Amino acid sequence: MQIIEPLTLSGNLAIAYAVKQLDVDVVAAYPITPQTTMVEKISEYISKGELKANLLLVESEHSAISACLSAAASGARVFTSSSSQGLLLMHEILFITSALRFPVVMAIANRAVSAPINIWNDHGDIMPQRDTGWIQLFVESAQEAYDKVIQAYRIAEDDKVRLPIMINIDGIVLSHTYEPVYPISDSDVASFSPWNLYSPRLDPDNPITIGAFCYPDYYFETRYQSLKALNDSLPIISNVDKEFGELSGRSYGIVSPFKCDDADIILISMGSISMTVRAAVKKLREKGEKVGMLSLKLFRPFPSKELIRYIKNAKAIGIIDRAFSPGAVAGPVFTEVTSALYLSKMDIPSVDFFLGLGGRDVKMEDIKDIFNILKRIVKTGLIERHSYYIGLRG
Amino acid sequence: MPFKSINDIIVKQDFFSPGHGLCAGCGAAQIARIVMKVVGKDSIIINSTGCLEVSTTTYPWTAWKVPYIHVAFENAAAVASGIRSAYDALIMKKKLNKDVNVVVLAGDGGTADIGLQALSGAFERGDRITYICYDNEAYMNTGIQRSGATPYGAWTTTSPSGQRTFKKDLMGIAIAHRVKYAATASIAYLLDAANKVEKAISMNGPSFIHWLQPCTIGWRFDPKLTVKLSRLAVKTGLWPLYEYYDGAVKLTVQVPKRAPVLEYLKLQGRFRHIINNKNELVKIQSYADELAAKFGLGPVSE
Amino acid sequence: MKKLPKWNEMEEGFITRILSESINKTGTWRTFKPIIDQSRCTKCGWCIVYCPEPCIYYESKKDSKILIDYDFCKGCGICAEECPVKCINMVLEE
Repeated sequence: MQIIEPLTLSGNLAIAYAVKQLDVDVVAAYPITPQTTMVEKISEYISKGELKANLLLVESEHSAISACLSAAASGARVFTSSSSQGLLLMHEILFITSALRFPVVMAIANRAVSAPINIWNDHGDIMPQRDTGWIQLFVESAQEAYDKVIQAYRIAEDDKVRLPIMINIDGIVLSHTYEPVYPISDSDVASFSPWNLYSPRLDPDNPITIGAFCYPDYYFETRYQSLKALNDSLPIISNVDKEFGELSGRSYGIVSPFKCDDADIILISMGSISMTVRAAVKKLREKGEKVGMLSLKLFRPFPSKELIRYIKNAKAIGIIDRAFSPGAVAGPVFTEVTSALYLSKMDIPSVDFFLGLGGRDVKMEDIKDIFNILKRIVKTGLIERHSYYIGLRG
Repeated sequence: MPFKSINDIIVKQDFFSPGHGLCAGCGAAQIARIVMKVVGKDSIIINSTGCLEVSTTTYPWTAWKVPYIHVAFENAAAVASGIRSAYDALIMKKKLNKDVNVVVLAGDGGTADIGLQALSGAFERGDRITYICYDNEAYMNTGIQRSGATPYGAWTTTSPSGQRTFKKDLMGIAIAHRVKYAATASIAYLLDAANKVEKAISMNGPSFIHWLQPCTIGWRFDPKLTVKLSRLAVKTGLWPLYEYYDGAVKLTVQVPKRAPVLEYLKLQGRFRHIINNKNELVKIQSYADELAAKFGLGPVSE
Repeated sequence: MKKLPKWNEMEEGFITRILSESINKTGTWRTFKPIIDQSRCTKCGWCIVYCPEPCIYYESKKDSKILIDYDFCKGCGICAEECPVKCINMVLEE
């Protein structure tokens, strides 16, 4: 492997750099904070001739995803990105993209949803997209975002997968924070995620109809196909990550455990907050506390088995939720984790921690407080509450 | 090559297959068929949700002998732009070598109402697509609800006492975007229509065709009258046939002596409640006279 | 009754390839059947271009006999209405 100097890039710019190296054909996007600098950079690459692509500057996110779907259906490699309200506006077409099985890759700078309008980070925009049938990856750093975009095309375009992928980076926190990013060479990118003319596609020499009307006698079967494809993509996602590790030295896993082996208490998190959680675990371990953490890198398909493997011996589990699911039994991540535990016939005390909504700062002390609550549960065997709202005034 | 006689149309291969499920006498079927004859094999059809879509693609069969895609209701223009953009990029990068006609077929709801934003975007960007609106003047697929293209006075299930506003001027909207080409078309004047479709797909930018489509169910008439009503719409001046190109509007079918609007209205059940209402008839006749004056049609001959 | 495919027997992505003309014979919809009086037909072709199915054809080339494919004709009557010499009669199906 060629040795390449690190670049100083924000999450947005790291993704733009990967898009350039991946020789994407069509980019369709609409501006929304905090995604904008990603598309601005791509525009610059195209105008300088560093990326040969068509930039479709559409009039809404709804059109952005629609154009990406149809460009992919024509055989092009496509990219889009969005955030918050924009992602919500795409919602309708997200289902269609996955059901029609086109390999659209989208980066999302996760941001709170209105009302009230707020441009800062949480997972309120992505959680309503859980059931859209997309592969959903979460990353912790600009480096990881870069690496995952390269992997995403390989996965999405795999003939056994044929599904769209969302790469979630925490808005502002990752999208706008600069860090050293080690790219791989253009030729390594090209050989790791090679472009092939997608088929079947909109081709006059082989005419097909896409998006036909469906009576009840076929609907169940075709929706099941997409569901199965999403579930079956899990080992492929995992293998691509491993293979990328062999190439670059960077592999992340679909779940990323830290000090879980002998931990009594495990805290599960997603996205950039995992960095803070990992740092807290380190500190507590220095004091001899048997705590661990696990960062979920993949949310759809949900890696139940892989998760259970690392948390099965814990005496208490905390789950961080960065979005509400109003009126539900609990937060979205908690519900997934506890369902996985239930299906594995495990009854481990679990508590849901809501925090960091609308960009509210989460400090190391907050994480330590969470571990203290979990410690108390282990000690007393009593769960006082199933949900905590960390940092909520009053 | 322009179409000089109907035989020039007949000899063109059909890429729209019989066995589709559109109503007997459906004007949308005629539009689709003629469009397909003109645009031919190397075309991709984008269809917004609507009658044409559900009735020509009923899994596992399709009436389309060319690549066809339906995504949703409001995004046909954006879907078309994506295909245009993809083909342009792939040809530029030498990944493909053969170009295609990118042709949208969308109803009046999908064009004048819910799809107007995406359409405006595609027009403004100058995307090389041909957008054909088959206008049956209401939401027929969902059961005849009024749309922004429903004409004054018309009954629909959501305007039971008659539509109170006049049709949205889609051609005016297209022209205001400085599209390369825009034209109105009629099923009754197929040579005129075929030549307009051919011109539209030859443009180096967005083109728009607004095609009136009588709907037997929604307009309440005998299916055999589809062509006759299309003709009367033109003859009364309610549907002037014209084109816009290079900054100029030109009438393509002259009507030296116009028929009174009543001739057109009285054949349709949707206007039954107003054909004896003089005030309403005067309003619709004045609207036709206004259009006639604007486009230079002849006077009404009783 | 035709056996419907299992989920894994359908093409992924809900791709549709079968043409309607091969399986959906809409002629069964018909109430009135158009009959061409060949002795009066001028073979002008207007019925062919105005047919919305389409299911009216020249038997071979231009000016040959005009035929209606009753497998698909829904009996709308446009051909009879538009025929310039009124040589198509709509007859009630038996």
